[in-house]
Amino acid sequence: MTDPAANAPAEALVTARPPRNQWLDVWDQFKTHRGALFGLAFFVFIILMVTVGPLLWTYDATFIDIRARNQGPSLAHPMGTDQLGRDMFARMMAGGRVSVAVGLTAMALALMLGTFVGVVAGFFRKFDGPLMRLTDLFLALPLLPLLLVGVLLFRERLNGLFGPELGIFILIVTGIGITSWMPTARIVRGDVLALKEREFVLAARSIGTPPRRLISRHILPNILSPIMVSATLGIATAIITESALSFLGLGFPPDFPTWGRLLFDATDYLQQYPGRVIWPGLAISFTVLSVNFIGDGLRDALDPRIRGR
Amino acid sequence: MLTFAIRRLLISIPTLLFISLVIFLLLELAPGDPMAQVPLTVPDEVKQKMRLALGLGEPVPVRFVKWMYQFFVVEPSVFIDWLFGTSLSEGQQRVISWQTRSPVMDIVVQRMPQTLWVVGLAYVVGVLIALPIGIISAYKQYSIFDQAGTFVSMIGFSVPPFFTGVLVIVIFSIQLGWLPSIYDTTHVVNDWDSFVVQFKQMIMPVMVLALQTTAQISRFMRASMLDNLNQDYVRTARAKGLSESVVVMVHVVRNSMIPVVTVIALGVPAIFGGAIITEQIFKVNGIGQLLITAIQANDLPMVQTITFIFAVLIVVFNLIADVLYGILDPRIRYD
Repeated sequence: MTDPAANAPAEALVTARPPRNQWLDVWDQFKTHRGALFGLAFFVFIILMVTVGPLLWTYDATFIDIRARNQGPSLAHPMGTDQLGRDMFARMMAGGRVSVAVGLTAMALALMLGTFVGVVAGFFRKFDGPLMRLTDLFLALPLLPLLLVGVLLFRERLNGLFGPELGIFILIVTGIGITSWMPTARIVRGDVLALKEREFVLAARSIGTPPRRLISRHILPNILSPIMVSATLGIATAIITESALSFLGLGFPPDFPTWGRLLFDATDYLQQYPGRVIWPGLAISFTVLSVNFIGDGLRDALDPRIRGR
Repeated sequence: MLTFAIRRLLISIPTLLFISLVIFLLLELAPGDPMAQVPLTVPDEVKQKMRLALGLGEPVPVRFVKWMYQFFVVEPSVFIDWLFGTSLSEGQQRVISWQTRSPVMDIVVQRMPQTLWVVGLAYVVGVLIALPIGIISAYKQYSIFDQAGTFVSMIGFSVPPFFTGVLVIVIFSIQLGWLPSIYDTTHVVNDWDSFVVQFKQMIMPVMVLALQTTAQISRFMRASMLDNLNQDYVRTARAKGLSESVVVMVHVVRNSMIPVVTVIALGVPAIFGGAIITEQIFKVNGIGQLLITAIQANDLPMVQTITFIFAVLIVVFNLIADVLYGILDPRIRYD
């Protein structure tokens, strides 16, 4: 027997709390992780610096002013100038633009490949064995030496096809993407295997949902959290790999700077101007650190067992 | 267990074959021509003969099989000859470097000790630092030590070796002038003073590589310790009246070491890859530096061999890690 009068306050209580969306919950949990919040703020700052910064800063990254070479920090050149008198601050922003762009695109490529392989392997039993063997084989490849060799072999050809800047960009992004999808594929496959046995997937299957829509509507939204976490880690490794390639002199050309290339160029003047290596190094380190902290915070925020505690 | 090890060994053979094929085919696309430096006055047919003498000019599958034969039959038999003074490899064609025209393996063997000294020592130091950090961080979870450990390992994960390397050179060689920035591999240790010099030049490369190792392994050790500290057997050991040090250092640490040992084994090939960069910074003429110079000089047999050595290292240490895991943990059954 229900008493409408008695139920009313309870209903009022329930409706008094505004409806919560899942991403708001995630954000609330994310906010409690102080490191992640700092990381996010710093990453947004870096993105703004490299996208909006060059528009506001008067110097061009490739403008050579040979009389003003090797200057220390001053008001006109906050980070000094290099051996050709190019403004380091402008070069840092231009380099950051390339580094961050490489990080984001390579991560996106690796993520797409990894998710595709993982979903196919987890969802279709007959592809599972071959695809996972392929993943194991890729994990056994020596990646840095192969990337170096790949850059050496294909640089000229792609430069001819797309021009020196776009060519090396495509080469490095594909190189990093092809060599870093394996962890994502493994994680995604594991999650898909577990999800496939759940009742809601069975229900969807029993009403005749085709596999394509089963994957896009039911599987993919549920594996979003491990994908997002490996996305952040992917940005970090992509930025470090690109910088390592540039540092070994097999990355971007000097008139198209990245942070790794700036560090590499500055090591030649290590004895005379040690300060010049600090800025690109700090930029790489802090960007990667901030991305790692974001990943840490996201992992906690996206885990419903931890959320709300 | 033995059957598992044998099966695992058999699986790694096709893996290695696949990797060697990938490396071979990748290099097959190389645009460089080793005959590019030959003067134009040399007639064309002579050039063709020189090309054949370098092992080029035959179809790809033939060359792949020949390379495999050289790598897996000729080079090991040279090694056996050197060990026992036999003459198995007499008259056999070895893998020849295009740069120096000498056998690739001889150069690799010359370079190996430097890499092993720096990289191997760095790995040992890194592991030795990481284990106590991991144990204390887990035992005193959320203490200041734990927070500091987390922060330091986050730095180890985030700051790439090419920056830490350059940074320590700026600080300790340029500003303070305490340590040499270049690793001198011709230095011979024969008395105390030369040992001090050797020690001083090894500090920086070893520390740079060890930071990466420490960051990774201390995290694994901490996580593994945390898993074990709440287990029932720990409570039983305490209830039995064992002292706290025995409980932690004997019971918990031994059980926590099982996954960590495999992680340590898996990390060995990665540290060789990282050594490519560290050797470049400190000018160590090890195997990584050899690879870079070979790549720059378009010396394909050298690049092929070194890349394949890296691949063999990865496969072998994966195998070791798998087998070790089965031996150390009796709960694991591979059948």
